[in-house]
Amino acid sequence: MTAYLIRRFGTSVVILVGISIFIFGLLHIVFPSPARAILGARASQLAVTQWNQQHGFGGSVFVQYWHYVDGVLHGNFGYSFKLNQSVSSLFAEHWMVSAYLSGASLALAVLIAIPLGIYQAVKRNKIGDEVLTTITFTAYAMPDFLLYLIAIQVFALTFKIFSTQASGSTSLLTVVGDWHDMTLPIACMTLLILAGYSRYMRSSAMDTLAQDYIKAARAKGLPERLVLFRHLVRNACLPMITLVGLSIPALLSGNLIAEYVFNYNGLGLLFYNSLANEDYPVLLAYTLVGAILTVVGNLIADIALTVADPRIRLTS
Amino acid sequence: MNPALERMPEGGEIGPPRSGWRLAMREFSRNRLAVVGVATLLFFVLFCFLGPFFYHGDVLTANLNGTSASPGAGHPLGTDDEGFDVLAELMKGGQASLEIGFLAAIFATVLGAFWGAVSGLAGGLLDSAMMRVVDILLSIPFLFIVLIVAVRYGASVLSLSLILGAFTWLVPARLVRGEVLSLKVRDFVLAARSAGSTRWRLINRHLLPNALSVIIVNVTFNIADAILAVSYLGFLGFGLHFPNFDWGDMISDGINYMLDGYWWLIYPVGFCIVATVMACNFIGDALRDALDVRLRRR
Repeated sequence: MTAYLIRRFGTSVVILVGISIFIFGLLHIVFPSPARAILGARASQLAVTQWNQQHGFGGSVFVQYWHYVDGVLHGNFGYSFKLNQSVSSLFAEHWMVSAYLSGASLALAVLIAIPLGIYQAVKRNKIGDEVLTTITFTAYAMPDFLLYLIAIQVFALTFKIFSTQASGSTSLLTVVGDWHDMTLPIACMTLLILAGYSRYMRSSAMDTLAQDYIKAARAKGLPERLVLFRHLVRNACLPMITLVGLSIPALLSGNLIAEYVFNYNGLGLLFYNSLANEDYPVLLAYTLVGAILTVVGNLIADIALTVADPRIRLTS
Repeated sequence: MNPALERMPEGGEIGPPRSGWRLAMREFSRNRLAVVGVATLLFFVLFCFLGPFFYHGDVLTANLNGTSASPGAGHPLGTDDEGFDVLAELMKGGQASLEIGFLAAIFATVLGAFWGAVSGLAGGLLDSAMMRVVDILLSIPFLFIVLIVAVRYGASVLSLSLILGAFTWLVPARLVRGEVLSLKVRDFVLAARSAGSTRWRLINRHLLPNALSVIIVNVTFNIADAILAVSYLGFLGFGLHFPNFDWGDMISDGINYMLDGYWWLIYPVGFCIVATVMACNFIGDALRDALDVRLRRR
C-alpha cells in the first residue's frame, strides 16, 4: 500500500515537471518577451536587455525556466502586462465564483447520475431506459453552447422564468443567493456532465448486476430493494470516483463555454477575454493551473479508490 | 499471416471459415442505429460537397437589401444579417467542419497509432518515457491549449486540423499501445521476428493491421470530437477567418439576433452539428459492437 502510494506520487511529480516544461516552452515560443511592446519600437537594445534582466526574461532558456518554476512554487504565476496586474491577484478575484458553478454542477450531476444509471441498468431496454438513453445521447452529441442557447430561448426569452445572464457579482454570497440568475447555467452544466456520467454509470451497474454476489444475494431471498441498496450501489459507484478525477479538464473547458455564454464573471470569462487580448501570461497560467488540478484530481481519485475498494489494495 | 484466422472463435465452428471482416460487416449492417448513422453522415457529406453544384446561394457578397429575411421563396432557410443565404452557408460551413473533422482525426490516428505501436513494441525505458509524454499532454485541458495555439497559428482548414490533431492523438496512442502489448507476445509476431522482420515491418505488417479494429472504432469518435471542437473554436470566434467559416461561426453570428427571434440563424445549423456528431457516435458504437467478437451474436 505504502509502496503503491509512493510510486503513484512519484509519477504525479514527474508529470507535473513535464507539464511545467511544456507550458514554459509554449510561453517561451508564443510570448518571448513583452519588452518591445512595452518600451516601444524605438527603445535601445540596451534598454530592452536591461528590462528583460529585471523581469526574468534574460539569460539562457534554462535560467528563465528556473526563474519560472521558482515563481510558480512561490505562488507567482506571472504578470499580465495587458491588465497591469499579477496573474495571482486576477485568479484570486475570479476563482470562487467559477468553483461554485463547477462544483455545484458536478455535485448535482454525480448525485443524479448514480440513481439514474442504476435505474437504467435495472430497466434496461425498457421504454424508460430508451427515453433516457436518447436524451443523454443527444446531450452528449450537442455542443455545450447549443444547449445553453436553447435553454435561454425557452426559459428566459419565451417563458420569462430565469434571466438570460448569470449573476454579474464577484461576491460569492450574492451569487449563491441569486437563484433567478444561476439556475439556468447550473442546470445546463449539470445536464451536460450528467450525459457522460450516466452512460458510464449505466454500464457499470449492468456489469455489477451480472456478478455472482448479486445472484447470491437474490438467491438467499433478499428483497430486490436491499439487493440494490446494499450490494449494487456501493460496487457500481466505484468507477465514478475515477471518472470524476478524469473529467476535470472537460469540466474546466465546460466552464469556459458556460461563463462566456452566460457572461459569468469567473475564470472562464477571464480566459476568454485574455484570448481576445492575446494576453498569454494569463492564458498559460490558467492552463497550468488546470493541468495541476487534473494531476492532483487524478491522484486523489486513485487514492480514494484504494480506500473505497479493498480489492485494489490486495492486487497492487 | 492472415488476420482473419486470428479472429476465429476459440471453440471453433462447423462450416467454412468466414472472413472476420465480413462477419463484422454483417453484424454492423444489422444494427439499425448504425445504418441510420451511416445514412446521416453520407447525407451531410453529399449535402455539403455536392449541394453547392445544385443550389446556388450567395455567401460572399453582402446584400444589404435582403438582410435577416425569414425563410421563404428564394431563400428556403432565410438570410443572415449580411444577406447571405443560410442554406448555402450551411453547405459551405459544413464543408469546413467536415474537412477539419476528418483531417484532424486522420492526423491524430496516424500519429497516435505509430506512437502507441513503437512504445508498446519497445517496452522498457522508452515505453515509460513515451507514455509519460502522453500522460503530460492528457493532463492539460484540451480546449485551453487548442484555443491558445489557434489564436496564434490557426485560421485555415489545414492549420486548424493540424492543431486539433496535435492534441487528440493521445487516446489512440494509449489504445494502440494496449493492443500491441497483447499482440507482441503472440506466436505470429515471434514467427515474423525469427524470419528476420525489421521493427518497422513488424509494426506496419503485423501489429497495426491486427490492431486495426481498435483504431477504426476510435477514428469515428475522433471525427465526432474534432467536429465539436472546431465548432467551439468557431463559436468563441477563434476558428477560421472570413471568407472561410464553419458551423460554429454561424451559431455565434446567430446569437446576436436571438432577442429578435431569428430562429433560422441558430437551429438549422445546430441541428446539422448535433446530427453529424450523433451519426459518428452511432457508427462508432456499432463498429465497436460488431468488431468485438465477444459481443457478437453468432
